[in-house]
Amino acid sequence: MIIHVDQPVVEVHDLTVTYERRPVLWDIDFTLPGGILAGIIGPNGAGKTTLIKAAMDLVVPGSGFVRLFGKSLKEVRSKVSYVPQRRTVDWDFPASVYDVILMGTYPSLGLFRYPRKAEKELALDALRKVELEDFKNRQISQLSGGQQQRVFLARALTQNADLFFMDEPFAGVDAATEKTIIKVLQELTSHGKTVVVVHHDLQSVAKYFDWTIMIHSRLIASGPTSQVFTPELVEKTYGGKLDLLTEVAHLLQTEKLPPRED
Amino acid sequence: MDAFFVILTGSLVAVTCGILGIFLMLRRMVMIGDAISHSVLPGIVIAFLISGSRDGLAMLIAAVITGLLTTFIIQFIHEKGKLQADASIGVTFTWLFAIGIILISVFADYVDLDQECVLYGEIAYVPIDLWILPSGIIMGPRSVYMLGTVLLIVVITILFFFKEFYMVTFDQDFAVSTGLSVTLWHYILMALISLTTVASFESVGAILVVAFLVAPPASAYLLSDDFKTIIILTVFIGIIVAISGYFLAVYINSSISGSMTVMAGIIFAIAWLLAFRRRNFQKSLKIIKF
Amino acid sequence: MIAERLAEFLSFSDPILLSVTLGVVLLSSTSAIVGTFTFLRKQALVGDAVAHSVLPGICLAFIIGESKNPIYLIIGAFITGWLSINLIHKITKTTRLKEDTAIALVLSVFFGVGIVLLTYIQHSGIPGHSGLDHILFGQAAAITRSDVHVFGMVSILLITSVLLFYKELKTTAFDSDFARSAGMKVSFADLMLTTLTVLAVVTGIQAVGVVLVAAMLITPPAAARYWTHDLPLMIILSAIFGAVSGFMGTLASYVLPNMPTGPWIIVTITGIAFFSFIFAPGKGVLFRLYHQFKVRRRMLTENVLKDMYMAGEKRGNHNNAFTLPEIAAHRRMHKEKLQSGLNKLYLDRFLKKDENGWHFTISGLNKARRLVKIHRLWETYLTRYVGIAPDHVHDDAEAIEHYITPELEKKLTDELDRPEKDPHESEIPYD
Repeated sequence: MIIHVDQPVVEVHDLTVTYERRPVLWDIDFTLPGGILAGIIGPNGAGKTTLIKAAMDLVVPGSGFVRLFGKSLKEVRSKVSYVPQRRTVDWDFPASVYDVILMGTYPSLGLFRYPRKAEKELALDALRKVELEDFKNRQISQLSGGQQQRVFLARALTQNADLFFMDEPFAGVDAATEKTIIKVLQELTSHGKTVVVVHHDLQSVAKYFDWTIMIHSRLIASGPTSQVFTPELVEKTYGGKLDLLTEVAHLLQTEKLPPRED
Repeated sequence: MDAFFVILTGSLVAVTCGILGIFLMLRRMVMIGDAISHSVLPGIVIAFLISGSRDGLAMLIAAVITGLLTTFIIQFIHEKGKLQADASIGVTFTWLFAIGIILISVFADYVDLDQECVLYGEIAYVPIDLWILPSGIIMGPRSVYMLGTVLLIVVITILFFFKEFYMVTFDQDFAVSTGLSVTLWHYILMALISLTTVASFESVGAILVVAFLVAPPASAYLLSDDFKTIIILTVFIGIIVAISGYFLAVYINSSISGSMTVMAGIIFAIAWLLAFRRRNFQKSLKIIKF
Repeated sequence: MIAERLAEFLSFSDPILLSVTLGVVLLSSTSAIVGTFTFLRKQALVGDAVAHSVLPGICLAFIIGESKNPIYLIIGAFITGWLSINLIHKITKTTRLKEDTAIALVLSVFFGVGIVLLTYIQHSGIPGHSGLDHILFGQAAAITRSDVHVFGMVSILLITSVLLFYKELKTTAFDSDFARSAGMKVSFADLMLTTLTVLAVVTGIQAVGVVLVAAMLITPPAAARYWTHDLPLMIILSAIFGAVSGFMGTLASYVLPNMPTGPWIIVTITGIAFFSFIFAPGKGVLFRLYHQFKVRRRMLTENVLKDMYMAGEKRGNHNNAFTLPEIAAHRRMHKEKLQSGLNKLYLDRFLKKDENGWHFTISGLNKARRLVKIHRLWETYLTRYVGIAPDHVHDDAEAIEHYITPELEKKLTDELDRPEKDPHESEIPYD
């Protein structure tokens, strides 16, 4: 079941992405309205991370495109924020919590300009929102997983974006952090911002998300959670393996074949 | 006076290399720096043959070209040739270095570089190799000017683009998502490394320059968690290495650049020991911060 | 002059020259054999670190032993080389420094210590020190008969060890996690590999010198990797590549005056690696380009066949001649491209030509029908099972139709239960 909307904030059109020549996403096609908290769910290796990476131009799609606010990412970059998975960076990096959060203001500053009072206030504000005031000068390797995740969230907040893509913000965090993060995200959507989250915990889907996107290499469902988060569709997402699709994907990889005629 | 110039040259090398080394270390690309330091050799020899002198500008241009070429070849073999990263680095730099040595042997009569100098430099000759203006005025050792210029270029570039280097170094995906080109900044960093290696080449040679790239930043990183403090510590350690290394060399009557490397190793060992203590008595020992 | 020296070299009439050449060839191929495991274990740069770190050991051995006896030097080199590997592991384990930093640090500091000792030796004038600096770049000519004996023994020792511990080395080289879980003694195999690497470096140094010996470990297996996936074959190929380059290096340094051996060995072996990188079947760049070209051409000809078939469907028969405009009606395609596709099909006898236009041959018609069938089956599969909207499936099927194997085709037909029509209500042709 795929529910499309008019004037979408996110439009994914016919997206096919290959990784090392193996198609990980086939013909993904959906639209998202603004002002919602959307969850992308699916089993491991279903292509969830690849999907938001494609939205941020971090991977090159084999076919199709993603439009944000009806435009290409390049035109609206300052309105979009991306939160990578926590484990993609080296937390031994010599930086304090505040240093990392302040980094969120860098893109809007451009070349040669450095943070002044306004940017610093913004960073401090974000620090408060994620409840890390006491850790401002702490070196980032000395934080717990949950605290590190909150630092990433705070960095995204200082970007003043209207659309957020977050990769597994709830992975490996403590209960308190989970509560703080969801509070912050809900506050964002209440201000009309759109948040798209890669998520792995089925228990909390109904509680957290207004909209649910279910993928397993292909799109299974996309729509308001109340309509699409049904036992049948969950079963279809996590259960039903498509042997033929997997075999063809494998063939493309081993025989080094392109997924599209060019 | 000679001692002063030797120490000054050593300090300039140590400081320039150290600043860049911090970024290399945090980006896990130290071995690419090592590769560049070897592979600029053919570039130097060719520049020598074309310009017929140790003219600074020709050398620096050749350096940037060969340095970037090295980076490009490594990337190319790794991506197009599907050769694992470590082997791509190893294959590329040994090959270019071997070509450099062959060029030196073939053009031995024209090129004033010997094989040993290539490896560990001749910092002792720095004070005699003077820059003399056509009017006959003696300006001082040539190396000092060349290294000074490169240091200036490095410091200005890092200062102006600190934000960009910082983002790209810490979190590549985030940097790309904000529209930065990781590739562009990568190549800028590599160009700076190439400039630095060539400028340092005559005084400390291809391999010891690696010690200056890696030892002071690694020691500083073990002592501090703060980026700015690490930079200051690196500069400080670099200068100490140059001074103490010089006197060690005089004392044992041995290679100056080699002795500086030995001192860099000793300082690293001390930092390592302190880091051990710091980990064990986290609370009792304060983290250094300026 | 050069030709004369070349002839002299190739005649091998000089017994000293013969033993030198043999020695270098033996050293080069032995380090290539050991290097294969180092390479697979992704420890290529550790090999480089070891190579630089043996310098202080050699110098110390010379200072203490006051002779250039190769046994002393090997022992000295072995100690510091082995120490360097352990130091690298220790640094990465106990600090937040990463492996590349640790390698570069150990490599350069050990080398610095070596340089200090070497210059100390030169300045202090210990007798017999001349020639010690050959270890920096290698000098085959400096190899004496007794050296060759020692190195021959070390080579035999290395090769025997590789044979004896082949199973352990192989498992850890490919997947140390697996080896550990399978209850193998990884630490023992690692120790073995470390020891072999150090020994290979120590012997290789005589031929190519400290700085370049890493290439003797890395480059031969890197070249061999392009030709085979089979480990024993890869080892043999590496050894041959190593031997060839050892031979070429000795030849160059004998024929050309004042030429160091090492760089020529490295340039030869890297030449072999680049050649493999470009020309090797399967993994080489040219081969991959050719493969791409072939896939493209297959797509082109198959598309032409398919277009003709569909043009035939439209007019209700496949037997009469097809005119060019008829064939071209289906898709935008360059005239020359279409023509070259037709010509290729003609050569392969899938098409015939007469004054009215193009005809299918029997096998051509079968092939065309099969393609149209697979295209429509795949569209049906995508809509029915993958849940993709019917107006989005065409592009996907356009590519996949060219790849489906007969086995997949049968599976597809069975899974869909031999449907009559595709999602666009076109009939699916079966034989």
